[in-house]
Amino acid sequence: MSGAMGFLLWVKGPMFNIALAIFAIGLIARLVEIFLLGRAPNYAEPRAGEWGPGLRTMLSRTIADPGTFKRAPFNVVVGWVWHIGFLIALLLFIPHIELFKGVLGLYWPGLPNPVVDLVTAVTLITLLATLVHRLWHPVKRRISTTEDYLVWTIVFMVVLTGYLAYHRLVEPYPLALGMHILSAELMLIMLPFTKLTHIFTAFIARWYNGAAFGRKGVQS
Amino acid sequence: MANLKTPDKTLGEGLREIGLSRRGFLKFCAATASMMALPPNLVPAIAAALEQARRPSVIWLSFQECTGCTESLTRSHSPSVENLILDLVSLDYHHTLQAAAGEAAEEARLQAMEANRGQYLVIVDGSIPGPDANPGYSTVAGHSNYDILMETVEHAAAVIAVGTCAAFGGLPQAKPNPTGAMSVMDLVHDKPVINVSGCPPIPMVITGVLAHYLTFGRLPELDAYRRPMAFYGQSIHDRCYRRPFYDKGLFAESFDDAGAKLGWCLYRLGCKGPTTYNACATMRWNSGTSWPVESGHPCLGCSEPGFWDDAGFYEPVSVPIGVTSKTLIEGAAVGAVAGAGIAALARKAKKEAVANRQPVTIDELEQKL
Amino acid sequence: MSGLDQIPVTIESSASCSARSRDFGNAPAVLNQIRDALERLVSSGEETCIDLNAMPFGPGDLERLTELLGTGEAEASVEALGPTRIRETGIPGVWLVDYLNAEGQRLTLHVEIATVPQILRPQPQDLACAIERLDARLTRLRDPAHSPLSS
Ligand code: SF4
Ligand code: SF4
Repeated sequence: MSGAMGFLLWVKGPMFNIALAIFAIGLIARLVEIFLLGRAPNYAEPRAGEWGPGLRTMLSRTIADPGTFKRAPFNVVVGWVWHIGFLIALLLFIPHIELFKGVLGLYWPGLPNPVVDLVTAVTLITLLATLVHRLWHPVKRRISTTEDYLVWTIVFMVVLTGYLAYHRLVEPYPLALGMHILSAELMLIMLPFTKLTHIFTAFIARWYNGAAFGRKGVQS
Repeated sequence: MANLKTPDKTLGEGLREIGLSRRGFLKFCAATASMMALPPNLVPAIAAALEQARRPSVIWLSFQECTGCTESLTRSHSPSVENLILDLVSLDYHHTLQAAAGEAAEEARLQAMEANRGQYLVIVDGSIPGPDANPGYSTVAGHSNYDILMETVEHAAAVIAVGTCAAFGGLPQAKPNPTGAMSVMDLVHDKPVINVSGCPPIPMVITGVLAHYLTFGRLPELDAYRRPMAFYGQSIHDRCYRRPFYDKGLFAESFDDAGAKLGWCLYRLGCKGPTTYNACATMRWNSGTSWPVESGHPCLGCSEPGFWDDAGFYEPVSVPIGVTSKTLIEGAAVGAVAGAGIAALARKAKKEAVANRQPVTIDELEQKL
Repeated sequence: MSGLDQIPVTIESSASCSARSRDFGNAPAVLNQIRDALERLVSSGEETCIDLNAMPFGPGDLERLTELLGTGEAEASVEALGPTRIRETGIPGVWLVDYLNAEGQRLTLHVEIATVPQILRPQPQDLACAIERLDARLTRLRDPAHSPLSS
């Protein structure tokens, strides 16, 4: 059996299993490694608690301080917009919720499709803007690595194919849906081995920072 | 079925001979256009073409099937028109329907093939145990299905695979496919194959394809799965009257909640409409009475390849097949072990580095510079 | 897989099933299509035929459409290959042509936008031999050996 439907059945079946397994193995391996390595023991007497400042920093580092905002308003605003757009489309689109329900058994209410559609369109535009900015900004261009472009491409592909599939702009539909699922699977596979891991490590790192500051009694 | 040679009379003449008036003929053409999913402004063209058309000889072969497709056709809703179409073809062999049996039946098939060499149509329902499978799984008159198919299609004008079994392998081919079932297009490569999929196909679609062949003397335009575009060109979802609810995000969550009663979209209940191409939403079933989604049940995707092995009937389209949280947990377990291993190695390396540390003095560094 | 046994079944009193008629909002689209066709009929005499069988109607849509179109003065029926019922709607020039088979099941349902529906008009080929047919009857009339109008 070949053709679009065969492709869809393959990405929904065996390929999804492979991607999920690689993702789970890779991600947990990295997280366990990080936690087990831990930090060098600090023998100094703590000046204050770790938990409060740790949690506070998880939040405070999420919101850019005025200085950063003044220096790079584009990065802050566009970065925020597309991250939130991506999360809304990922977590609140009803077919996606059905997917989580199917795999994890967890579910939550979703948003009406037209809202998700609008958010997705905005996400696509802002993602394009980040690429243009990266190519145009002299410093950003110099510090960009192949991995950065690779990560951008896969994120963009996931959102773009999702948009195309929802609007049925690619015929036949099983092909459109299959391409969307496949790009999401590629993203899952790449996630533990690229900077995409920050989805899981960003907040851990912020906690570590905040906790260290807290111990020393430094404001964070 | 006595008339084995394609008769020289045209279809229009034949119809008038059985006493059909010109208005009756016009009505017949209007119904045929509707059956072929063609717009009514083509009725005059259809009338002109049918007037001139000639009766083709048809050989119907049944293999690993449940006779549901034949039932669908012979119990179709508008006997006057669909019977007329069926009467207009010369059904020379159909071992479920024909009176002749045994040797005589096989003789009829061979005669029809001989008399209409290169011109007859072969209709197949049911899948076929492939050339490598045990032929004993399905035989007719002591011959394997595979041999009969290959012998019959050799001089055919075209092959029409009726039903999902003949078109894509269907139920017999579902895992683990014990009979080695294959579809017609898996086996026939040098003849035009038209797939009329569905489990069963809508009767009007079966006759519609025949009518198209009669009207235009050639095969209809086909999609990537060789299904006639006129019927399979659009997905169930694209023609579903519940689509506005999908677009608004209003879904029935169970079969009897408020949403289900208000006729909301059945996506979450497993509707395969988005990935299924068929004509149910417009042609409907049972004399145009209703169709599955209209009666409140999700589309099962019966006209698509591999539909028996697809996710469960009540799993939404977006849910992967055969994946459970087990995959995730197993993966995580392997990952935890791997991560612990890597961490242990890194710790060891660090310890060794600390133990074997060689202090460097400023002088040494300056010497190196 | 969610099994059938997980589908909750409750029985409700019939009072909760309201008899309120419902439709899925497809009628206005067809009405607009009819409006365009009417404009063409008025301006250029071009006739149009719309196959309602091919519409993705939900339950109630067809009833809503026919209700909106209303009923006109003319009604006719043609007996050929089963009955065909022709009804003028409340809009002049808009006809509902219901093709039925001998058992009264619908073959197809057309909306015709024309001065007279196609099927009511004599067919051109029939018209061609009309004079011939009448002449035959006239000769028979003149010939006293035959009783009038015996055919
Ligand atoms: S009921 Fe099925 S076919 Fe209809 S809109 Fe919903 S998902 Fe699509
Ligand atoms: S609604 Fe879907 S499953 Fe049902 S007959 Fe039509 S195509 Fe087959």
